[in-house]
Amino acid sequence: MEDDAPVIYGLEFQARALSAQTAETDAIRFLVGTQSLKFDNQIHIIDFDDENNIINKNVLLHQAGEIWHIGASPADKAVLTTCYNKTCDSRVVSCAAVWRMPSDWETGSHESPDDTAHNPQTLELLCHLNDSAHGNAACVLWEPMGDGKRVISLADNHALLWDLQESSTQAVVSNTATLEGKGQLKFTSGKWSPHHNCSQLATANDTAIRGWDLRTMSQIYCIENAHGQLVRDLDFNPNRQYYLASCGDDCKVKFWDVRNIQEPVKSLEEHSHWVWSVRYNHSHDQLVLTASSDSRLILSNMVSISSEPFGHLVDDEELSEGEDNHQDDKGKEPLKDSVVSTYEEHEDSVYAAEWSSADPWLFASLSYDGRLVINRVPRALKYRILL
Amino acid sequence: MDGEADETVAVGDDCVPGRRRRVHGMLKLYYGLNEEGKAAEESESLDPCDINGPHFDPELYLNKLRRECSLAELMDQETCMVKQIRSLDSDMQTLVYENYNKFISATDTIRKMKNDFKKMEDEMDCLSANMAAITEFSASISGTLQDQHTQITKLSGVHTLLRKLQFLFELPARLNKCLELQAYAQAVSSHRRARCVLQQYSHLPSFKGIQDDCHAIMDKLAQELRQKFRDGGSSAKDLSECVELLLQLDEPAEELCDKFLSHARSRLESDLQGLEAEIRPYPSAAKDASARRSPSLADNSPKFNTLPSPTSNTDILEFIDRGCNEFVSSLCLVITSYQELFINHAQTGELVSKNIPQMANCKLHAFVDNLAARYFSLVERRIQEEKSVGDNSLLVRALDRFHRRLQAVAKLLPGSAVPNKGTEIVIRAATERVKQYLSALQSFYMDSLTDVRQALATPRLSVAGASVAGGGAHLGGPGPGRDAPNSLPELLSSLSASILNQIKSVLASVHLFTAKDITFSNKPYFKGEFCSQGVRESLVVSFIKFVCQSSRHFCESAGDKGGSTPPALLLLLSRLCLDYETSTISYILTLTDEQFLDQHHSPVTPVTTLCAEAKEAAQKLLNHYVKVQGLIISQMLRKSVETRDWVNTIEPRNVRAVMKRVVEDTTSIDVQVGLLYEEGVRKAHSSDSSKRTFSVYSSSRQQARYAASYTPSAPMDTNLLSNIHKLFSERIDIFSSVEFNKVSVMTGIIKISLKTFLECVRLRTFGRYGLQQIQVDCHYLQMYLWRFVSDENLVHFLLDEIVGSSAHRCLDPAPMEQSVIEVICERGVFHKNGRPSFKVQLAVATRGAHLIGRLFFSPPSSDDRRGM
Repeated sequence: MEDDAPVIYGLEFQARALSAQTAETDAIRFLVGTQSLKFDNQIHIIDFDDENNIINKNVLLHQAGEIWHIGASPADKAVLTTCYNKTCDSRVVSCAAVWRMPSDWETGSHESPDDTAHNPQTLELLCHLNDSAHGNAACVLWEPMGDGKRVISLADNHALLWDLQESSTQAVVSNTATLEGKGQLKFTSGKWSPHHNCSQLATANDTAIRGWDLRTMSQIYCIENAHGQLVRDLDFNPNRQYYLASCGDDCKVKFWDVRNIQEPVKSLEEHSHWVWSVRYNHSHDQLVLTASSDSRLILSNMVSISSEPFGHLVDDEELSEGEDNHQDDKGKEPLKDSVVSTYEEHEDSVYAAEWSSADPWLFASLSYDGRLVINRVPRALKYRILL
Repeated sequence: MDGEADETVAVGDDCVPGRRRRVHGMLKLYYGLNEEGKAAEESESLDPCDINGPHFDPELYLNKLRRECSLAELMDQETCMVKQIRSLDSDMQTLVYENYNKFISATDTIRKMKNDFKKMEDEMDCLSANMAAITEFSASISGTLQDQHTQITKLSGVHTLLRKLQFLFELPARLNKCLELQAYAQAVSSHRRARCVLQQYSHLPSFKGIQDDCHAIMDKLAQELRQKFRDGGSSAKDLSECVELLLQLDEPAEELCDKFLSHARSRLESDLQGLEAEIRPYPSAAKDASARRSPSLADNSPKFNTLPSPTSNTDILEFIDRGCNEFVSSLCLVITSYQELFINHAQTGELVSKNIPQMANCKLHAFVDNLAARYFSLVERRIQEEKSVGDNSLLVRALDRFHRRLQAVAKLLPGSAVPNKGTEIVIRAATERVKQYLSALQSFYMDSLTDVRQALATPRLSVAGASVAGGGAHLGGPGPGRDAPNSLPELLSSLSASILNQIKSVLASVHLFTAKDITFSNKPYFKGEFCSQGVRESLVVSFIKFVCQSSRHFCESAGDKGGSTPPALLLLLSRLCLDYETSTISYILTLTDEQFLDQHHSPVTPVTTLCAEAKEAAQKLLNHYVKVQGLIISQMLRKSVETRDWVNTIEPRNVRAVMKRVVEDTTSIDVQVGLLYEEGVRKAHSSDSSKRTFSVYSSSRQQARYAASYTPSAPMDTNLLSNIHKLFSERIDIFSSVEFNKVSVMTGIIKISLKTFLECVRLRTFGRYGLQQIQVDCHYLQMYLWRFVSDENLVHFLLDEIVGSSAHRCLDPAPMEQSVIEVICERGVFHKNGRPSFKVQLAVATRGAHLIGRLFFSPPSSDDRRGM
């Protein structure tokens, strides 16, 4: 019952942007965007062959600039958005755009990663999501489980709701919301809630988390000082509509019930540096993945606030030593929130982590030095959750 | 004839008795008395040939004889028969003769008797005649006497009755007389004698009158007795007599008890009210107020409420004294006299049968319990008012007195729960006291902390002011900010000493509870539980725990914002907790255990647990200190990176002021920590580390890195060196636990700061001069920060990373000459002329004056301001 060893893939460039290919539910596929100021940036399409433990990659060129954020359409496998920096007139501008992968990208070379240097195909630009009036784009969010026609972009202190028309070749701002207050406010991150008919958005700026109603584009809640320092990322519990996870520079991961924003429901402090990303597993919301600039990735089992009823128990020891093949059940202990596993394969800060959209037990993490690591939930835990 | 002949023959055959019987039988036959002969008849004479049988058949017999007997025999037979016949005939003749004679004589006798009876009859007649005469006489005599006899009886009855009646008639007068003479006993006994009769004949008007009179008199008497009883002032003997008489008067005992008790109650009640009045005037005042409130203005009530509730004028000792002297002693008196009256006395008399002692005892208990409960509640209220923890001896003495006096009640009333309740009150008071001491200690501790905080805050402001002004703040040298950190150890020692003193004085105060001369100190509670649970656990241990708890609280409450608690306080508290862990806790507990020796050895919190807790708190505080300080510096660095336009910056001519500020702050933190914590071990480094690392930093590695960036063919190489480096270096935990020494603390702070710097740099894009500025800044940091950390390689590594990352993020990576960087940095450090020179060469001239110990900042130039 040995757990599979992690699969490591190295990119040539530094990278921050990682996304699962949301619309793809058969193949395990991740999209990675690189950051390079000197070379053409790339989008790596990482296919993971689960059975053979092999990674196949395809490279598409993203010549517009270095990629800070990437988002895959939930409806169309080939469509994605990026937020990128481009330099013009010695000014750095952040832009956002919708792209389509060339239809024959899969026919590209499969042989070896080194061959991709020659003749990589280029992404086809569908439309820009830029509005000169609204500053630099921080991220673009697809409507969860939508038809791929609506996106939100966060630019400086604006949240813009776009309607994509003409098979995404034209983007029209249908609604906007502006963050107002003292000083230069800027959205750092956001998440489109999959609940309430996709009518809610949560955003982070500085130490606050705000909720927005997209129908009226008005603020519905605001968690001031959600974190002691900057809030870096958010994620909605896929099953419990009021539950929200956040992480930030105070090394903490907090879980909120947005109906009661005075206190977090739960707070974790496992990382020893800023936490850059927090992700709920799409199917089993007790599994939470966090990535931090302490070069670690931590998988936590938050049973106490999960939507799944208490019943299957997790043997802490067995899980923390995922590689040990303890098969002897040590009796059913009371449920406890616990760190399932800490992944230390990265050498540099891990800025992104994502669950696969195809296999709920598989996840990828990306560190700044361009290392992508694919890991699985320890089998013991997996069976405990399933059985 | 034949028959007769045969018969005779047969008779002739028998012997004489048989013959006589046969004759007799025949006579019987003759007289018809054949009943008895029946059986003989049946048994003997069935044979027809039996000559003597009744069924004899002469024909058969004759035939039989003829057939069976010979002639001779027949002849003999015939002779025999004739003989028998003859003898029978003679017999018959004799018999007849005899009978005849007897008849004759009988006739004679009867005749003679007849004569005799005749005579007797006459005599009898005479006798009966005489008897009748006698009877007649006697009857006539008794008839004449009867009348007189009944009269005599009647007269004697009337006599007794009259005597009784006389008694009755005299009774009212007699009673009155008795009443006058106060001979109550006689009166009562007289009345008792008459009572039944009067009761019985009460339907007769005259008796009724007497009864009424008696009743009236007796009522009066009872009234008087009751009055006497009520006055109570009379002697105990009188009282007891009174009660006895009243009891005899069928005054219900219960009622008497009740009366007695209620009478006593009213007196005790007044005592209690006196006590209550002393406790606190304001409840009654409030009552008055509420009574008056309805007509009066509404704003009267707050006035009453806001009145500073005046604590009783008397202190608790006086109060208890008064309680003892007034209430308890009267209570004892009441108990004694009551017992005398109703219990002891009644036990001898006939009243025992009525269960009066038991009833009376029950009543007494209820009475005492009730009053004592009120008394206790008053005492408790009074004790609760003893909030000031100043003088404990007063309270202890008061409690002692309280407890002592209750022993008297215990002796008088053996089964009573009162003394136990009293002991409970004492115990409660003691526990309450311990609690008060704990809270006093806690508030003392918090107050001390506030003082410390203030002491820290005032000079801290001046430090900040000085550095903001930027006017010649000295690094590591004597400066305006030095006074404040200097006082840190003093603050610590004074805080520690004052807390210890406070604990000692509290222990001394609490110790009074267990003094030998205190009555309750030998109760098991005060010997065992009070020492171990009360003092040791809920006072000392709780306090220590509170200290740790509050320390931890500082970390948590201030955790996110970091601003509310001054970092110096965190540091100080951390040291305090550490000191507690190493020595103070065990000292305090030893002290406690010495003073409060507990023989029972109930489980107590061991020293090690507390030490562990203190250490944990110390660690947490120190970690938090590191975090807070790190965040303050991080914040500076972050702002400096985030707010600047790194693409379009100008060529660096100076170290940015923020870097100087960082170094300055780090230095002052170093000084601060150094005041409280030991130096700690660091990895060995040469005396001129800054120099050595300086060259390493600038030379091959950095160059190779940049060179790699230039070659477009090998983008992979960019990270190679850094990756290799990472491969062999240990992973750096940024917000990790630190050790209790200066170097470790400083390392922690610097790690946090530099990591922030790195992460911020990675989020920006740099122009050529932006990169160069970072180079300069990093070099500057390099020059000063190495000395603070345990492993200078750590600083090198992080700074390398920063420069490397910014090089990566640079649009036009053209690094600055190392020598130029050095010059800029040194010029930045040492600046004599008022205006900085733009020419690097000019700055070179000042290089020689570089002194590590004494460094001066230049006022920030306009560029630096923009850079911030």
